[in-house]
Amino acid sequence: MPTPVDTPDTPKTLDAPLTVAGRTLSSRLIVGTGKYADYPTMQQALDASGAQVVTVAVRRERLVNEKGESLLDFIDTSRYTILPNTAGCFTAEDAVRVARLGREILDQLDNPGKDWVKLEVLADKKTLLPDPVGTLEACAELVKDGFKVLCYTSDDPVMAVKIKEAGAASVMPAGSPIGSGQGVLNPNAIRIILELLKEDDPDYPVILDAGVGTASDVTTAMELGADAVLLNTGIAHAKDAVRMAHAMRHALEAGRLSYLAGRIPKKLYASASSPWSGVISYIPGE
Amino acid sequence: MSMQLTINGETKQTDAGTVRELLVSLELHKQAVAVEVNREVVPKKLHESTPLKDGDTVELVTLVGGG
Repeated sequence: MPTPVDTPDTPKTLDAPLTVAGRTLSSRLIVGTGKYADYPTMQQALDASGAQVVTVAVRRERLVNEKGESLLDFIDTSRYTILPNTAGCFTAEDAVRVARLGREILDQLDNPGKDWVKLEVLADKKTLLPDPVGTLEACAELVKDGFKVLCYTSDDPVMAVKIKEAGAASVMPAGSPIGSGQGVLNPNAIRIILELLKEDDPDYPVILDAGVGTASDVTTAMELGADAVLLNTGIAHAKDAVRMAHAMRHALEAGRLSYLAGRIPKKLYASASSPWSGVISYIPGE
Repeated sequence: MSMQLTINGETKQTDAGTVRELLVSLELHKQAVAVEVNREVVPKKLHESTPLKDGDTVELVTLVGGG
């Protein structure tokens, strides 16, 4: 078998880094830390993904710890920016509480994510769809309290606009339901969100969050013009999580560069790549 | 002087007079743990000076894997 050739890394000049809430990020991929088979696998997958920002959840300390292992033993807090989420909250009030508790922990760790929160206010356990009223309420409250709110929402363009107006540092529309692996179900809704939020504010970050099932979903989101992608299950539950993390990183880069490069328009008929002049053969119809 | 607290939803007896003493008694004082007493966050720098009283509701939370 021939040895694979090492291809050069993408020159940094081909893309500017993403800035969210005044902080420049080295990667446009944000990954979750949940649902891994074990912590060492998570650690390797985070590394392979190239992500700088990783999401975590805030939960009750188990007063009797079964295995004695803690997530923080496996995350280098000097390397990663930790983005605490409000997953599991169904009211604005609870989401605000959880955000404040997350901030307190990150403050103790002196992590740059300490004023950041991935806000989710969910409607119910089955769909995990966001509750738009609670989301908006919590977003406004957290912004007032000094948080940089990265706000999970559905792919509804009207809600996206309202969340931006409420002061969110980033609007994060879902491609499809959380953990569903259905990819980007309504690309046109994402397109409209991007257009509305970036019209007079081209650098406003829009991050596709949730629903990614495989690498091409990440590419699709980035080709649409999303600034970043946030995903968890797509890597954590892949048969080989570490390999999938590599795939996601490449898919993101492919989609991003493809977006920046500008795709060709779709045409109904073919367009030959080889010249007609000098053809020696019979051409039908000529 | 034992008193009753609700810690993470469970009723517990404790002799801890302050948040700091409670964390020490639970061996959580060396970890990153956020503390809420009666739904108000108590920042780490106030753990030593924040008294606990009978009937208080305490939440002790940490970070776990999540998306």
